[in-house]
Amino acid sequence: MSATEEPALYASREPIFPKRVKGSFRSFKWVILIVTLGIYYITPWIRWDRGPELPGQAVLMDLANRRFFFFWIEIWPHEFYFVAGLLIMAGLGLFLFTSALGRVWCGYACPQTVWTDLFILVERWIEGDRNAQIRLFRQGWDARKARLRATKWIVWILIALATGGAWVFYFADAPTLLQNLVTGQAASVAYITIGILTATTFVFGGLMREQVCIYACPWPRIQAAMMDEDTITVAYRDWRGEPRGRHRKAHDDAGDTETLGDCIDCNACVNVCPMGIDIRDGQQLECITCALCIDACDEVMAKIGKPRGLIDYIALTDEMNEREGNPKVPIWKHIFRVRTIMYTVLWAAIGIGLVVALFVRPDLSVTVAPVRNPVFVTMSDGTIRNTYDVRLRNKHGEDRVFEVTLASDAPLVLTAEGEEGGEILVPADSTMLQRIYIMAGPETAAAADSVTDVTLWVEDTVSGERVYKRTVFNGRAASNTAGN
Amino acid sequence: MVDKQDKKPEKRAKPASRRLPKTARELKEEVGTTGHSWDGIEELDNPMPRWWLTVFYITIIWGVVYTILYPAWPLVNSATSGILGWSSRGEFTAEVEAQNEANAAINARLDSAELTAIADDPELEQYAVNAGAAVFRTWCSQCHGAGAAGAIGFPNLLDDAWLWGGSLEEIYYTVAYGIRNEVSADSHYSEMPAFGDILSDEEIAQVVNYVQSLSGDPQDAAAAAAGAEIYLDNCSACHGEEGLGDIYQGAPNLTDPIWLYGGDYDTLLETVTYSRYGVMPPWLNTEGGRLTESQVRAVSVYVHQLGGGQ
Repeated sequence: MSATEEPALYASREPIFPKRVKGSFRSFKWVILIVTLGIYYITPWIRWDRGPELPGQAVLMDLANRRFFFFWIEIWPHEFYFVAGLLIMAGLGLFLFTSALGRVWCGYACPQTVWTDLFILVERWIEGDRNAQIRLFRQGWDARKARLRATKWIVWILIALATGGAWVFYFADAPTLLQNLVTGQAASVAYITIGILTATTFVFGGLMREQVCIYACPWPRIQAAMMDEDTITVAYRDWRGEPRGRHRKAHDDAGDTETLGDCIDCNACVNVCPMGIDIRDGQQLECITCALCIDACDEVMAKIGKPRGLIDYIALTDEMNEREGNPKVPIWKHIFRVRTIMYTVLWAAIGIGLVVALFVRPDLSVTVAPVRNPVFVTMSDGTIRNTYDVRLRNKHGEDRVFEVTLASDAPLVLTAEGEEGGEILVPADSTMLQRIYIMAGPETAAAADSVTDVTLWVEDTVSGERVYKRTVFNGRAASNTAGN
Repeated sequence: MVDKQDKKPEKRAKPASRRLPKTARELKEEVGTTGHSWDGIEELDNPMPRWWLTVFYITIIWGVVYTILYPAWPLVNSATSGILGWSSRGEFTAEVEAQNEANAAINARLDSAELTAIADDPELEQYAVNAGAAVFRTWCSQCHGAGAAGAIGFPNLLDDAWLWGGSLEEIYYTVAYGIRNEVSADSHYSEMPAFGDILSDEEIAQVVNYVQSLSGDPQDAAAAAAGAEIYLDNCSACHGEEGLGDIYQGAPNLTDPIWLYGGDYDTLLETVTYSRYGVMPPWLNTEGGRLTESQVRAVSVYVHQLGGGQ
């Protein structure tokens, strides 16, 4: 190293003390916070009666039995395409919202934002607003500071614990698990999960905050690529605000003739920003468009008798337009354009497709796999026998008897391994692998031919629901060597 | 205008950490270069970051400790074994032992159950079928095929023709003690004479035609008729007067379309002339085999439920 100042390898974080703000966007964000956190914490406790054999939890991700329960819907692993469809919808939904409203997800609904908001709220209750926090930050350690810090961290940890705790309830029966957790009988994976999520919630919401968005999250970069000149985003109308001036009276008294802009440089927008930026510098990577600066500025504009909206939700095209003095373009004209409408149509099409698929999916689900090793077996009386692995799914909460029958032009006989006739008892909520035999008499055409088409019908003997599967029967001509 | 500009409140200076990083030129002046230059691209002579160096030294220490603890250095005939005594074979053995321990309870149940009563206990039956399938794939499929369809000389286990009997007990006996082996004293045993030393070529041809007539059309009807008496004199003791075979002697049924070595004229001629002597080893470990009692039971249950069990 040279003798000059040693450059630091890392930039340390600049502490941010967002000031409390009131306004319509802030109120809206409180509502979203209460609704989203409410859904998150309460959902596992909603009960849903599915009968004695199935879990009574409305939303349950049953990993051990590989089932997903969502109120009246039960998803089995082979129906994972529903999850894929939902993920595609979530993706398209984000495209739609980003192209129309910019980083609205980041500003309002992202868990990082919601939990950070909650943590900041707690911080403000305990340590006071921005100025008190700054004073506390700068002062040395004393009993009061220690007490406030300890209180804050304890409350944060409790929130983090509740967050991590709520997560595991989605994967097991919530009341039972809570009891086990408290008595120390729950599986170690539950404690580990809670521990990890408690730590991440505490660190992300309490300590890292905006650094997660700026350094860790890939989503802002993806979003930046999806915004265009019609995307609504939070911006400063510098053509209206500049040149900014703080001391208007002094300015006028000095006989200055330059007209100052509306911005009085009160820094209200900077003080409330949870990301620690100045929106008047223009669009920035750090901005999550939480709109708190809009609320802060509107409050100031009202006080000084200027129209609201110096900082506002506007699109890039508005700048040119408004600089030229044209009237403002209404927001909906930015939002309703070919791109967003196409996203909406795609999104809705997949949604409708999923709903239709959900309603038309059969309760009865059967797969038939002909055994190919060997393709047929010759019995001692010359009968030719084919074997089929039939998987029968019973999605009901009680045992069901399924009857397998055969429909074919050829005189074939069906039997099931270990069962009398074709009636098979499938236990509740399970899949059963049943071997089915089809036999052709020695002299029949099916025994001699290579391939005979057959259809297997499976009927639920309780509901009467029937499904069929087409398959083939292989006779002696299918192979010269197999079936010796 | 200049005065007015000055009146504007100055923008707050950004904190030091928010300043732009130093430019390459500034850094070059500060630290110098290594002198390496590729197409004008030069390498700055920065020292390694301390964390990087620390990690580097730790990896060296790690490497030395590792070669002491684990097998590492190659010697002439082997390698150092490491003071922890770890080996992949040892790890495998431990896994197998852990599995056996986990299955000990149900294996004990399997060992103590009546063979025919296994089917009444669904849990035990399912375990036996699955465990038996694994045993079959490992030890039996080489001869009988992965699908148990057999091969020439190795019986198909899917059909209902059984040389030594197809009940669960009979299958168990065959698996446990084997056939015509010299390892187990209780092995199934029978031997078909090589009739090439006993009968004339013409007589053999006649009896082969007769055997063919039992399950279908003989090549030569006249020879078949002549062969009937030769059959009664020489073959019926084991294969039965009607050719239905005898499971107590492992004598195949000659009237069905199932042939262990082939039912065509030439193959039968070869079989009668030179005889056959199929061998199966004993599998039960007390008989010199490789499988435990529960494994033999499991594979017997598996084979029995393949579709031909009686």
